[in-house]
Amino acid sequence: MDTVAVWRKVDGARVAEALDEARQRLAGTDREVVLDFSGVSRISPEALAALDKLAGAAEEKSVKVALRAVTVEIYRVLKLAKLTARFTFFN
Amino acid sequence: MSTIAPMKEDAPTLCPERIAYLEGLVRQARTAAAVFTQYTQEEVDCIVKAMTLAGLEQAQPLARLAVEETGLGVMEDKVIKNMTATEFAYNYVRDKRTVGAIREYPERGLVEVAEPIGVIFSLTPITNPTSTVLFKCIMAIKTRNAVIFSPHPSAWRCCSEAVKIMYDAAVEHGAPAGVFSCLESHNLQDNAYLMHHKDVGLIDATGGPGAVKAAYSSGKPALGVGPGNTPVYLEKTADVGMAVVDIIISKTFDNGTICASEQTVVIDDEIYDLVLKKFADLGAHICNQQETELLGRTVIDPQTGHMQPMAVGQKATRIARFVGLSVKPKTKLLIAPIQGVGREHPLSVEKLFPVLAVYRAKSMDEALKVCVDVNHAGGLGHTAVIFSRNDEIIRKFGEVINAGRIIVNSPGSIGALGGVYNDLVPTFSFGCGTGGGNSTTDNLNVYHYLNIKRVARRTQQHMWFRIPNQIYFNLNAVENLRQFPSRSTIILTNAALERMGHVDTVRRHLPPQTPVHVSVIPDAEPEVKVVLQGVVDLNFYKADQIIALGGGSVMDAAKIMKLKYESPEADLEELAATFLDLRKRVVQYPTAKLNHARLIAVPTTSGTGSEVTPFAVLTDKERGRKVTLADYSLSPDVAIVDPQFVMSMPKGLTADTGIDCLTHALEAGVSSYSSPYTDSNAMQAIRLVFKYLPVAFEHPQDEEARSMMHNAACIAAIAFSNASVGVNHALAHALGARFGVPHGRANALMLPHVIAYNAAVPTKFMPSPFQRAYVAHARYATIADLLGLGGHTIEEKVKNLVTAVEQLLDRLEVPRSIADLGIAKDEFERAIPDLAKVAFDDPSWRSNPRMPLISELIELFQIAYQGRGTVKHAKAPQEQTA
Repeated sequence: MDTVAVWRKVDGARVAEALDEARQRLAGTDREVVLDFSGVSRISPEALAALDKLAGAAEEKSVKVALRAVTVEIYRVLKLAKLTARFTFFN
Repeated sequence: MSTIAPMKEDAPTLCPERIAYLEGLVRQARTAAAVFTQYTQEEVDCIVKAMTLAGLEQAQPLARLAVEETGLGVMEDKVIKNMTATEFAYNYVRDKRTVGAIREYPERGLVEVAEPIGVIFSLTPITNPTSTVLFKCIMAIKTRNAVIFSPHPSAWRCCSEAVKIMYDAAVEHGAPAGVFSCLESHNLQDNAYLMHHKDVGLIDATGGPGAVKAAYSSGKPALGVGPGNTPVYLEKTADVGMAVVDIIISKTFDNGTICASEQTVVIDDEIYDLVLKKFADLGAHICNQQETELLGRTVIDPQTGHMQPMAVGQKATRIARFVGLSVKPKTKLLIAPIQGVGREHPLSVEKLFPVLAVYRAKSMDEALKVCVDVNHAGGLGHTAVIFSRNDEIIRKFGEVINAGRIIVNSPGSIGALGGVYNDLVPTFSFGCGTGGGNSTTDNLNVYHYLNIKRVARRTQQHMWFRIPNQIYFNLNAVENLRQFPSRSTIILTNAALERMGHVDTVRRHLPPQTPVHVSVIPDAEPEVKVVLQGVVDLNFYKADQIIALGGGSVMDAAKIMKLKYESPEADLEELAATFLDLRKRVVQYPTAKLNHARLIAVPTTSGTGSEVTPFAVLTDKERGRKVTLADYSLSPDVAIVDPQFVMSMPKGLTADTGIDCLTHALEAGVSSYSSPYTDSNAMQAIRLVFKYLPVAFEHPQDEEARSMMHNAACIAAIAFSNASVGVNHALAHALGARFGVPHGRANALMLPHVIAYNAAVPTKFMPSPFQRAYVAHARYATIADLLGLGGHTIEEKVKNLVTAVEQLLDRLEVPRSIADLGIAKDEFERAIPDLAKVAFDDPSWRSNPRMPLISELIELFQIAYQGRGTVKHAKAPQEQTA
């Protein structure tokens, strides 16, 4: 398997949409996906739902999804929503 | 709170689809709550305001819907309830911080930070359905929580509409989707499932006893309410006109459905007839005996003793018609005189409808007892009311009645809701304390929907430095006695000092014509009976001045005599109670004084420093123990440190007392209570001891050496009076008590070993707010530098200090091992466990830099038995320049 990751920067103004797009693109890759959250300062229930779906799709394909530069505030939201175990995180 | 219409017991077991539905609700709420944690106070407040306005706008439609659906209460009153639940709740929370840092206490170094609960599962009642929902929605949004509502089945439609109104307003103004939800229909299994769900953080059960009990039994944190049975005391000094109107307002409000409303009014005999007449004049029907019995049989279930559901929230006229009473068409209230409280008096229980029991009391005592009876007949912890102008009776009522809300001179129901007639916190859930099976007596509010985190910064602890305000020192300092006039002076001393002429010296320097009486006590640690006899002498001579001329024993005796003379009620045993922190001790020394006497201490040894210390040791021979007293009030008023009184000290005493002085200074120097104020004294005393003690020992008539050692003892005592001592003293006290070793000598036997022990990495650090790091080893190194002992590293310097101490001890010819005292090894080995226990119980080590383990105390005794050459140097905590 190719180990080069696919990088995508998540648009902070349209997080849910960006995550949905990332999920759709999973179909075309078996490489690790890195989502750059450096532009995301707040996350909505819709975005959480999109992350949940993305994690499900990635698990089905056995593709790893890493989230980069997640703020501690958003990390806490993901923790409370029980989503952190489904992703890897790095700065 | 209503006790009617329990939830169905025969509800079906949850099917997978139902579980999926409930899990969906929880997941949605959990997500909303997680997202909500990102919101600011300003965003939250904006949403709360919009919800409040939406609730106010819909107050009437919701009230109408509630009455239509439940068949309870009065629509107009429910409008008021809905408006109170929104407007008053908003008014209470509008300026309150509920996000982030909500309160700061800079002077205490404390910040309180709000942490939302997350998902709240909330049960709402039939009696106040929409108002309770509106109130809880505002509380939840203000605190960034998500709520799953479970309304009473008979009030589901109006409640779910109230939830929808609040949800729409909240989401429209930015709240996360899914923040509120309402069970579509429910049964006990739904509630049980949600109450036990791991993602539900709190259950808020405003419902019947079954629901509250289930909530508390779930193992989850829960807020519950308790049943009410509000007693009212209408006392003879009350404003009767106001009281009657207030009671009618309250008891008829929403047809009596508020559980805080009045249930039994206990009226003083003197005003009973007047009160009933006023009730009748204002539209109440006063039942006769037959009517009361009929009413009791009909509206109260004779089997359970509880109210009949059909009566709850109904008009007085409807109840009267149902019962078969003939009343006027506009009758507001049915008043039923009762003769007691309990099952044989059915109307003495909670009645959530406009039926009010009244009781004629012959006295205040009887009235209060009947109120207590009503309170205990199902209303513990809830609400009580008193009408009175007598503050003392109001206070007494508040003491004897167990109610979370005691409403004075105002309507019970509206008064208990808070914010209208008083400054109670507005609420629609009444905590009823343990009496009502709840965890709080509060009016539930936003703070019950928050976890409050406390960020506690390390604070700079206050320290102190206290010494007698007059210290005279150097040769002939005794001449200063002439400045202390006295009508009656007692010189306390021992026989040897009197023989040596010291008493005459003192007497000679007192102002002329001072009446002087000499009291001679044994040269030993003072005994209780000696002290008490001394107090008799002080009283006999009406002394206003005590001169303690002697060593530590005499000065200690004088301190305790003064204490008992000035404050005869002082209980020495109680005052000797152990403590950890002087400022937080349980026992306080007396401040009230019957007599006043100046205490002047004139030491005749150079070691204990008792002339400036706040300590005194007393021997209780009858009980076979020592009593140590410690309080700054014991410190002498004046110290006269005159070396002429120590010139004739024998060599052995010079050595022992000198080493005691050195131990005081060394222990104060590394104490966890040390400060720059004590350091300066400790260091100076150490320097003086190393320089002058050998000279004073070898050349007893050397005035300078004697004078400097006398000063050193006083200066070291100033240090340890404020920084305390350490483990060396704890060990020495145990050794001295068991084997009769003089105190200074016992200190000498332990000293080199304790320095090495304290300089090593501790097994256990001593908790100390006064110090930021373990510094004992560095402090010993500083002492070594002060003494010019050389060394490049801390370890070298500590070793050099130990060597210097050992060399000093050798020069003073003191025994260098416990074995040298002639104590057999097997005898000592047998004693060691007890010695270690006694040392561990000794308060001296509480300020030691290192917390001693008993095993370490045992080891210290063992190596001290071997003595010289056995000092165990361990690695110091860190290598740094001292």
